Amino acid sequence: MIKKEVLVLKDLLGSNKAVAKEIREQLGARGILVLNLISSPGAGKTTLLEGLAGLLRPEYSMAVIEGDIETERDAERIRAKGIPAWQIMTGGACHLEAKMIGKLSPELPAGLDFLFIENVGNLVCPASFDLGEAIRCVLLSTPEGDDKPKKYPQVFISSQCLLITKTDLVPPLPFDIELARREALEINPRLQTFDLSAVSGAGMREFADYLIASLHKLRQNHA
Amino acid sequence: MHELSIIANLFEILEEKAAEKEAKRILSVKLQVGQLSGVVPELLKTAFDIYKKDTIAAEAELETVEVPFKVKCNACAAEMVKDDLVAMCDACGSTDLKTLQGTDLFLLKMDVEV
Repeated sequence: MIKKEVLVLKDLLGSNKAVAKEIREQLGARGILVLNLISSPGAGKTTLLEGLAGLLRPEYSMAVIEGDIETERDAERIRAKGIPAWQIMTGGACHLEAKMIGKLSPELPAGLDFLFIENVGNLVCPASFDLGEAIRCVLLSTPEGDDKPKKYPQVFISSQCLLITKTDLVPPLPFDIELARREALEINPRLQTFDLSAVSGAGMREFADYLIASLHKLRQNHA
Repeated sequence: MHELSIIANLFEILEEKAAEKEAKRILSVKLQVGQLSGVVPELLKTAFDIYKKDTIAAEAELETVEVPFKVKCNACAAEMVKDDLVAMCDACGSTDLKTLQGTDLFLLKMDVEV
C-alpha cells in the first residue's frame, strides 16, 4: 500500500461564505438592506416584523423570507399584512444556508428597500452560516433569561445588533436588562442594542429609525 | 445539529481532492476546530461516521484539533488567547481587537492510499 499525505487547508464553510458574499454584493448593489434575524423559538421575530410593517411602510417597502422546520404559518401571518413573504421549510434542518437565499433573490420585487430573513428559531446553529446579510440581528426575549449572551456567545459575537424583546413583561419577570446588555457588550463592544416591545410599541420607533439610517448608509456606500 | 451539513460540505471537498490525487481510498482526515466555530468535535465525529458509509472514506478516521480563540490588539499589538471571550485587551484595555483564530473550521489534511 502506498500512503500519501495530502495537505489541504480549506475552510469547511467556504462554499457557504462564497455564496453569501455574492448575495451581499448583488443585493447591496440593488440597494436592498438585508437583515438576518436570529433567536430562540418564540423570541418574537414574527411579531417584531408585523410591528415594523406599520412603522416602515408606506414610505419604505419590505419583504420577508421565513425559515422554519415545518408549516407555512409565519409566511401567512406576514402576507396577511400585505407584505411579500416566502417560506423556506427546512424539513428538520436547524438553520438556513446562503444558497437557499440565493435561489429566492431573483424573485425579490424591484425597488425593494428591506429584506428580512427570519432564521429558524435556534440560538446556536444559524450563527455559523452567513446568509449575505448587511446586518445580523440577535433577539433575546425577556422570558428566556438575562444570562444568554455568555451561554451562547457565538451568535452575540457575530451579530451587529442586539434586540432585547418583550420588555413589557419586566416586571414581573426578573430579567435584568442592563446585565444582559453589559454581558453582550463585554463579548462584542460593537453591538448596537435596542430594548423594545412589539406589543406595547415601546422602543420600536428607535429600531425602525436605525434600520432607515442603515438603509441610507448602504445606498451611499454603493452609490 | 448542523454538524451533519458541515460534514456534507467536507465530503464534497474530500471527494474532489481524492479524485485530483487519484486516491484509491481515504485513510484519515484531520480538521481544525475553532473554539468559537459553533461546532462540537464529538458531534462532528458522529456525523462523519454516519456519512462515510459507502464513500471513498468508508474506513477513515476523523481527527480534530481544537484551537483557542486568539486575538490581536490593534492599539498595542499584543496577541492573546481569550478564554473568557471578553473583548478587551489584557495589556492595554483597548476593545479594538482583531480575531486571529478560533472562529473557523478547516480541513487541514488527509492521508490517502494511492
